[in-house]
Amino acid sequence: MKAARLWTWHMAAGAVLFFVLGLHMGIMHLGEIGHWFAPYGNLTVSIANSRFRDGMLTFTVGYIALLAIGLFHGLYGLRTMLLELTLRPAMEKAITVFLLILGIGLLGLGTWAAVAAHGVALAGVKG
Amino acid sequence: MQNTRPEQRTIRFHVSRFHPENERGPYVQSYEVPVHEGMTVLDGLHSIKDNLDSTLVWRSSCRMGVCGSCGMLLNGRPGLACTTQILKIATTSLTVAPLPNFAIIRDLVPDLSSMFDKHRLVRPYVIRTDEAEIHDPSGEFYQSAEELEHYLQFTYCIKCGCCMAACPTLATDARYLGPMPLTAAERYNADTRDGGQQERAKVTGSSPGAIRCHYAGECSRVCPKGVDPAKAVQLLKRRLVLDYLHLARKSEPCKKLKGAGSGMRMPNIVAAPAHTVETIPAAPGELSILK
Repeated sequence: MKAARLWTWHMAAGAVLFFVLGLHMGIMHLGEIGHWFAPYGNLTVSIANSRFRDGMLTFTVGYIALLAIGLFHGLYGLRTMLLELTLRPAMEKAITVFLLILGIGLLGLGTWAAVAAHGVALAGVKG
Repeated sequence: MQNTRPEQRTIRFHVSRFHPENERGPYVQSYEVPVHEGMTVLDGLHSIKDNLDSTLVWRSSCRMGVCGSCGMLLNGRPGLACTTQILKIATTSLTVAPLPNFAIIRDLVPDLSSMFDKHRLVRPYVIRTDEAEIHDPSGEFYQSAEELEHYLQFTYCIKCGCCMAACPTLATDARYLGPMPLTAAERYNADTRDGGQQERAKVTGSSPGAIRCHYAGECSRVCPKGVDPAKAVQLLKRRLVLDYLHLARKSEPCKKLKGAGSGMRMPNIVAAPAHTVETIPAAPGELSILK
């Protein structure tokens, strides 16, 4: 049943990614039309607009959540593909552990970056 | 009066041969077989055995697509030799090989034991908590025609192994349960008389279970009985997900209709037709073997 549970989360993460990536497309690539979360000029990815978004707690939490969901979906999918090579159980275990450590590491790094960017943005506003 | 004997053609049979005790691997042997319309591949194999090569080995029994013994790879597609007409799939040549994804016992005989081992794992029978009722029934379990429809097509499976042979996932991962056992699991899960879904989920929800299916759909395309194993596996996946998320509809195995001996015919079920042949009285002493 554990495999079915992980697979359920994998599918759910895919559905959430679909929604969140839609938001990403709207905010980052259709900014010139809607000017969503980009109050400083038309260029959505300008430093000023990026800092504006980084300073919002919703975005920081959103970045971390998107990273966690994306990493789980991607790495679980990669694990599924690798396990279909019909490897020895020890090798399968090693792949699972490696991908788990990789995922946690990347999530930690991404979380640090998002929190740091949030801090920098807030410091900039205060300064 | 005109001769109505069908026209004969010669088809070259390329048959896979393998004797594990004497040979290192399978090889192809060709035979020229005179074929007429209506001849099945099984007829062709019998023709080879009777007239050309008596050492050719295959497995068959009923000759009418019921027993599932003669599953083979016919021109690269799994099918039953007894229900496949030669001229429907071949114009000049026909390749006949054992079902892939199985070990070969000899020539065209696959070793289906791996399939039946997996089949056994999913507990393909009605499981109930009131076990005494299973062994010594005191009434009928009610099941409506609509409830029967939920799993009826899956009961048509004859365990020929064609779906297992066509499955690309099974080709790469021998541990995958495969379409036939998973279809059997869904057949019993969907049966309202059954209460063993949780038991089966331990197997079907495991790593080599239903989630391994990529939904290639080849199993459903090749099934000689028109069963849709791909659908069964998707239903099984849905069942596992809903069960995990506690969104599955709560259901108890159906109850008995009445008490002992009071199972009654439903009003909309017509009576059985009268016998079309006279019953021959048993000869004296003939029934004694049943006593």
